[in-house]
Amino acid sequence: MKQVFCRPKSMTKNIFHYCAGCGHSIVHRLIAEVIDELGIRGIAIGVPPAGCAVLAYNYLDIDMIEAQHGRGPATATGVKRVLPDRVVFSYQGDGDLAAIGTAESFHAANRGENITVIFINNAVYGMTGGQMAPTSILGQRTTTSPAGRAALLDGHPVRVSEIFSQLPGTAYIERCMVNSPAAILKTRKAIRKAFQCQIDGRGFSLVEILSPCPTNWKMTPIDSCRWIDEVMCKEFPLGVMKDVPAVEQNEGG
Amino acid sequence: MTKVLMQGNKVIAEAAIRAGCRFYAGYPITPQNEIPEYMAERLRQVEGGVFVQSESEVAAIHMVIGASAAGARSMTSSSGPGISIKQEGISSMAACQLPAVIVNMMRGGPGLGNISPSQGDYFQATRGGGHGDYRTIVLGPASAQELADLTMDAFDLADRYRTPVMILADGMMGQMMEPVVFKEPEPRAYPEGLIMKGAGAGKRKIIRGLILDPLALEEHNWMLDRKYRTIARQETRCELFRTEDAELILVAYGTAARIAKGAIKRLRDAGIRAGLFRPISLWPFPTNEVRDLATRIENFLVFEMSTGQMVEDVRLAIQGEARIGFFGRPGGVVPTPVELANVVMRRYDRERGITECC
Ligand SMILES: Cc1ncc(C[n+]2csc(CCOP(=O)(O)OP(=O)(O)O)c2C)c(N)n1
Ligand code: SF4
Repeated sequence: MKQVFCRPKSMTKNIFHYCAGCGHSIVHRLIAEVIDELGIRGIAIGVPPAGCAVLAYNYLDIDMIEAQHGRGPATATGVKRVLPDRVVFSYQGDGDLAAIGTAESFHAANRGENITVIFINNAVYGMTGGQMAPTSILGQRTTTSPAGRAALLDGHPVRVSEIFSQLPGTAYIERCMVNSPAAILKTRKAIRKAFQCQIDGRGFSLVEILSPCPTNWKMTPIDSCRWIDEVMCKEFPLGVMKDVPAVEQNEGG
Repeated sequence: MTKVLMQGNKVIAEAAIRAGCRFYAGYPITPQNEIPEYMAERLRQVEGGVFVQSESEVAAIHMVIGASAAGARSMTSSSGPGISIKQEGISSMAACQLPAVIVNMMRGGPGLGNISPSQGDYFQATRGGGHGDYRTIVLGPASAQELADLTMDAFDLADRYRTPVMILADGMMGQMMEPVVFKEPEPRAYPEGLIMKGAGAGKRKIIRGLILDPLALEEHNWMLDRKYRTIARQETRCELFRTEDAELILVAYGTAARIAKGAIKRLRDAGIRAGLFRPISLWPFPTNEVRDLATRIENFLVFEMSTGQMVEDVRLAIQGEARIGFFGRPGGVVPTPVELANVVMRRYDRERGITECC
């Protein structure tokens, strides 16, 4: 018999603490698969965030150093600059990346820091109980936008991938989702490309992943997947936003 | 060994390089800009040197965290407002037991305050500064030579105790020029096994301060506390200046201690046998050393360029065994030795001791 499915080597045997239907566990697995595939377990260093994924090191069996809320790209910068031949990535939620850590993320991207950012966009603050995030959709009810997010009061959803694509320092940016087997496979490819981008020394790579948070969306996992298709995708269109070939990146030395 | 004339900020930077510092991140703020400028140039020259001008002081300290974890001797520097926003990272380093050197060239506060020399950050530095149960080793140099020596020592202390160490000086120390001799640095003795560089073929490492189980976090807190107690026992430093025959002790650190020495000369000329107790380690505070003095000397005057912060440590140490007065000039005012001497002469006489005790 041929074995076609097993636990990735870069994953521990711990049972996920995530809620049923949560996107974090899917993405963790994809990262572990890609690390195995690229054979980089021994040189990978991950920087988990403050957020639901704060315990990512319980599942990813690689070197990991915790970051304070939003500071992942700064910590990753420190690691990567000292160890340029390691594969360094931060893992960040939307509050982490697009609110408290906007400066650290934006400037790591702008410096063209040769790191990878895995960005989980679930349109809420998961860990703290479903408060409004910078990525919450207009009209979305959260615990801190009980009447629905209002543009006049709360501003607009932040499109991180589009904004970061404008920065000359970024090399590879793609937005994907994890709400169907096909979408998951696409996300896996994007993560692989992002890591490869770093291995090739092309500069900053980011994969934004629209990810269900059934608990805080107060939906079933199935409805959550549908909501990503019907609502989130409209606000956050999928696709490769940027893929700069190696040559262009090196311009200007 | 050659003697060179150098500006204080540059002395710190050069001492760091010589001590093997290979990572620096920082954000400009007066009065310490010569440190990042000097580091930018020197780290270009040395092998493995990394300089990052970060987008903020917060980013800088978190870059230092990453670099320290990855095995580089790392440093950041700033002043007042910048040090305030670094506290998140300093607390994190204490929790994760990561070594690094943080330089605070104090300026007048609170808030934006001004850019003149001040000592208003003593509480912030010596009480931990950030959140949680932790301590930071704090060294208070008072000359360019000490800026060099203590910066080098700071890296060794940070490694030995796996903890952030702060150099607490002020704008005056940073700007003045004095001759220095750079000592030979000790070879680095930091266990290879602590460095995070990818799991290789072996077991992976996790560096974290998150410990959700209260009992486990309590144990972590007590473990850190035991370390701080060891530091407190072993790492106090102070200078005693003309204390043998003293009837009155001035207590001051850093720039204030230099002023105090000038005042002591004048006081002695006027017949008052004054001496100086100068803490060099501000945390751990040289409690026993100052208490010893209090067993034979009855009068103390604490002088700070603040409204009175270190004076609390002096009071805690002396525990009512002697009379303690305080004189302070906050806000970036630097009094002259004459002014300080006059204050002492107004407030002290042999019959009644020091008056206006606090
Ligand atoms: C400085 C600071 N402020 C606030 C928090 C509390 N906090 C932890 S996670 C989080 C939000 C997480 O939301 P997000 O980044 O979207 O990640 P998610 O949990 O949704 O995956 C907050 C506010 C913190 N840990 N540190
Ligand atoms: S709260 Fe949301 S993001 Fe957090 S684990 Fe649950 S489903 Fe996932």
